[in-house]
Amino acid sequence: MKIVVCIKQVPDTKGGVKFNPDGTLDRGAMLTIMNPDDKAGLEAALRLKEQYGAEVTAITMGLPKAEEVLREAMAMGADKGILVTDRVLGGADTWATSQTLAGAIRNLEYDLIITGRQAIDGDTAQVGPQISEHLGIPVISYAQDIKVEGDSVIVERQYDDRYHVLKAKMPCLITALAELNEPRYMTPGGIFDAYKAEITVWGRADLVDVEDSNLGLKGSPTQIARASDRVRKGVGAKVALDPNESVDYIIERLKEKHII
Amino acid sequence: MNIAEYKGVFVFAQQVDNKVSGIALELIGKGKELAKDLGTEVTAVLVGSGVKELADELAAYGADKVILVDDPELKEYRTEPYTHALASVIEKYKPEIFLVGATAIGRDLGPRVSARVHTGLTADCTRLEIGDFPINPIPGKEQLHNQLLMTRPAFGGNTIATIACPDFRPQMATVRPGVMQKARKDENAKAVIEEFNPGFTPNDKYVEILKVVKSVAETEDIMDAKILVSGGRGVCSAENFKILEDLAEVLGATVSCSRAAVDSGWKPKDLQVGQTGKTVRPNVYFAIGISGAIQHLAGMEESDVIIAINKDETAPIFDVADYGIVGDLNKIVPALTERLRAELNTNN
Repeated sequence: MKIVVCIKQVPDTKGGVKFNPDGTLDRGAMLTIMNPDDKAGLEAALRLKEQYGAEVTAITMGLPKAEEVLREAMAMGADKGILVTDRVLGGADTWATSQTLAGAIRNLEYDLIITGRQAIDGDTAQVGPQISEHLGIPVISYAQDIKVEGDSVIVERQYDDRYHVLKAKMPCLITALAELNEPRYMTPGGIFDAYKAEITVWGRADLVDVEDSNLGLKGSPTQIARASDRVRKGVGAKVALDPNESVDYIIERLKEKHII
Repeated sequence: MNIAEYKGVFVFAQQVDNKVSGIALELIGKGKELAKDLGTEVTAVLVGSGVKELADELAAYGADKVILVDDPELKEYRTEPYTHALASVIEKYKPEIFLVGATAIGRDLGPRVSARVHTGLTADCTRLEIGDFPINPIPGKEQLHNQLLMTRPAFGGNTIATIACPDFRPQMATVRPGVMQKARKDENAKAVIEEFNPGFTPNDKYVEILKVVKSVAETEDIMDAKILVSGGRGVCSAENFKILEDLAEVLGATVSCSRAAVDSGWKPKDLQVGQTGKTVRPNVYFAIGISGAIQHLAGMEESDVIIAINKDETAPIFDVADYGIVGDLNKIVPALTERLRAELNTNN
């Protein structure tokens, strides 16, 4: 079995957020991590590899620096790493990103593609389903449990008040949630090997069946009109009183607001 | 793409088990405002099996027109047939705006539909308005009018961005549940119903549903509650949620919780408020023993009145609370319950 896992290097939101003058993210200026949902997707792939035998390829689109997450993936147990990087791919929205990744994945053989549900920087949850659409394969998002049965996958998928047990014929794309599993740590030997391993680097010319008009900032249907730090509502009152006075205080406020 | 051909505001009227989801009515409410600004109508797209009778409810909440896609293949939500339904509606009717709820269903369906019809999709919007793009004129660049400006939080609520989709139609957005307001119900309102079936032939993209397991909802949906008594890590145990339940009972409120309480196994996921839970905006939100991680704030800071009780005076919840009480919840909450019980009895 061949599994492709899409991973993304994302800014660690604890490190603060910086913008370019055009409103897009200044990714070069922020600390980075492997996106948590993607890491869960990678872990799921590695477990399938252990259970059924599989070749796991990690792929990412990003700046040359994104090679770091591929090495991390390989140190966890991925067999190959592919970096898709090219100046013309910059500033992509989810449409252009999914076109790029689909164009890259068309070079590969795959039974299963696993992506994270969403990245912590954009929170859109769009790229996985959009890749599946471009490749013309089924998608099962928010996977809770993944099993392989013959030429199909059996997946539990959570909705608000229910879950579905779904069966999809492979090839198929699955999106994973960080809650799916507890990703393993890199092993010292794995880290050593991963830093010697060769990373495949692809650019625009390596993408299959994708038009220029669907790539990068120019190929992005959505455009940023305005971006800013969030303005929160003003701080209200804060009191430190003994318990009885605290109760008096709350009761008075509830009466003031005609709640009681 | 001839953008001028695309007219009207369409919303996906999500239903589950032949019951209209709250988000469908919220989208109609918002869609109606946008349609008014554009001088057009709001159309609800109702997709399912045997769902025709739901059209009246959509009309009562403001839909001018209902497009009904009814087929046995659409009984339970599945990505492919629902994508086919919406993409076919878009191809045939050419709406300028198409709104979908940012529910588990909508966040699966929206991206697939936008990719099929080749347009942009803005996820998890918390504000929608009609305006100009660019917002301020830029020399040498045409300023387009009557554009949908879609505002959404990103980075777990650290930033907000306003997005436009000037060159493609429809302008698509998923909209966070609980943020837009339903219109006032008018029982006498009627909508034009148009049936449309693009044909559903199963192929490899149709997944098979082997089993549907429903969890039984024991409590009121926290998104509908007027008062929420919400607990977090500071409550310390499942048993100790009893003091919150007592308070909720006296106030006629509903108990909810933070992610920490779910992760600790004290409360079920459907009571979770926050970015990975539900967005709520009750009249009163009690945040009890909740520190106020940014992901939690994203789900509750639109509440009318926020009352926070926390022993840590530096907890970020105090930054959004209207009334913050630094103190021990184990002492304050039971005392508050007792006092309220006395107060409310006197009033009766």
